[in-house]
Amino acid sequence: MIINGVQIDDTFAEAFNMRGTRVIITAQNHKWAYNAANAMTGFATSVIGCGVEAGIERELGPEETPDGRPGVAILMFAMGSSVLMKQLENRMGQTILTCPTAAAFSGIDGNERINLGKNLRFFGDGFQTSKQFGGKRYWRVPVMDGEFITEETTGMVRAVGGGNFLVLAASQPQALAACEAAIEAMRKIPNVIMPFPGGVVRSGSKVGSKYKTMFASTNDAFCPTLKGITDTQLSEDIESVMEIVIDGLTDKDIRKATYVGIKAACELGAENGIKRISAGNYGGKLGQFQFHLRDIMNDKSLSGESE
Amino acid sequence: MSALTFTLKKDLIQKLDVSPLTPDLLADKTHAEIASTLLWYGKKQIAAGEAFAITGIDTNKIVFDQSTSKIDHIGTGLKTGKITVNGHAGAFLAFNMSNGNITVNGNVADFAASGMAGGLLQINGNVGDYLGAAIIGDRKGMKGGIVIVKGNAGERTGDQMRRGIILIEGNVGTYCASRMLAGTIGVLGNVGEYVGYGMRRGTLILTKTPKLHATIQDCGTHTLPFLSLMFKSFSDLPSKFAQMNQNRAQRFAGDISNDGKGEILVLR
Repeated sequence: MIINGVQIDDTFAEAFNMRGTRVIITAQNHKWAYNAANAMTGFATSVIGCGVEAGIERELGPEETPDGRPGVAILMFAMGSSVLMKQLENRMGQTILTCPTAAAFSGIDGNERINLGKNLRFFGDGFQTSKQFGGKRYWRVPVMDGEFITEETTGMVRAVGGGNFLVLAASQPQALAACEAAIEAMRKIPNVIMPFPGGVVRSGSKVGSKYKTMFASTNDAFCPTLKGITDTQLSEDIESVMEIVIDGLTDKDIRKATYVGIKAACELGAENGIKRISAGNYGGKLGQFQFHLRDIMNDKSLSGESE
Repeated sequence: MSALTFTLKKDLIQKLDVSPLTPDLLADKTHAEIASTLLWYGKKQIAAGEAFAITGIDTNKIVFDQSTSKIDHIGTGLKTGKITVNGHAGAFLAFNMSNGNITVNGNVADFAASGMAGGLLQINGNVGDYLGAAIIGDRKGMKGGIVIVKGNAGERTGDQMRRGIILIEGNVGTYCASRMLAGTIGVLGNVGEYVGYGMRRGTLILTKTPKLHATIQDCGTHTLPFLSLMFKSFSDLPSKFAQMNQNRAQRFAGDISNDGKGEILVLR
């Protein structure tokens, strides 16, 4: 399969069951909503070292938020519910409670509810007050800038993490340009985040290592500087590889984001040095989901842009 | 289906307790069974058919026509459905109501919404004393739901109220929000003396600064984002509160002789 001169490998991305939640963060203006959201989703690139994978889903206008202020929706994913709950409470306490004018609300329904501000209220030292409106409980905690408002709980849903594709290019700037184009398009898709810095990861890993203490190590088959000395996956003309990892609320959301991202990367085409699109997997043995690149790019139902 | 309608035909001398006449208690009953339902009338019991002309079949929608303030306990323990009262209602309206909807097109006597835990009560006239308060011997008043009053309310409104929302468009008598435990009361008109007396927690929202006693203290004027959240949740209610969107208020806290975690917010 070739799109605009770019070869699409006959391979698949392997993804996993995760637990996910959405939180709506509002503030006096978008600047401070982003300050809070960036802090809350900071150092949340991979569950391996960060506990959760989190990112900003999209910006919300005042008419879309519970308290009528500008806001940002964030998504947060973890391998299990207890980690998600712990990380959410820790991050809420250190980043939203602390951020001037910021407030946090549930952004998703779900049978399972997890604590959002339920325990943060005790920061109020007895001066906290609860208010119930429209069947939802909120907490008002007196803080130095006024009052911190948070909903008591948010919903937790079953989600999918680890969708991905690789961009193989003739040079590092060209690989990055294709990834930037892909990320720009993918950020318009609801229900997904790309958790790595700027949405792109350059240190793709393989399972295992020569060192006993390491569970994962550099994916040497895709490292361009090792082409001559490893069982390489790269042809002579490829000098740089970058990966985009996608976490989403459903596998459909990930399929859609994958489609839109690959399409945007391929639009730059072979003349801009984009040579191949591939994907990372573990031979299909570990993950519950497989995203076959060629299936996705042939699926006409995905071609509609954001819902 | 037409609403099950009870039109008062008896000239009531005693109080009449209509607590058995709610949608869930009358569901699946025949017309004859409904007419023979026994109601306390003073110290004796009479059949519903003796007091009311009964028409209609939809037990989920009950109407009391030509109702007077002698009819007590309308909508007691209401769990579902809708009750409409054309005329006045007596005491203990919506007593221990947990869900559903009651509308009164007239005035209401004392202890309305006492023990109410959910649902919507709309009073299009005035209401007497102890709205949303605890009955004698109970330690907590209203526990949830929303009460809308288009007219005025009497004394001790929200006394020992525990949760829920009372929105009054008119004036309120003395001791408004006294001994309040939690919940929200909004008043667009004036309130009488001793507002917030013994108030423990909860929020009283006013539009004018009332005369306050010494144990309720000024905390200054603030922009409170929760007010936007609250007024937004009121936007679908059939009340003047639905159009409000202020989030700036002067905050008075008290009653500091009783824990002092309550607040009187005067909108600016």
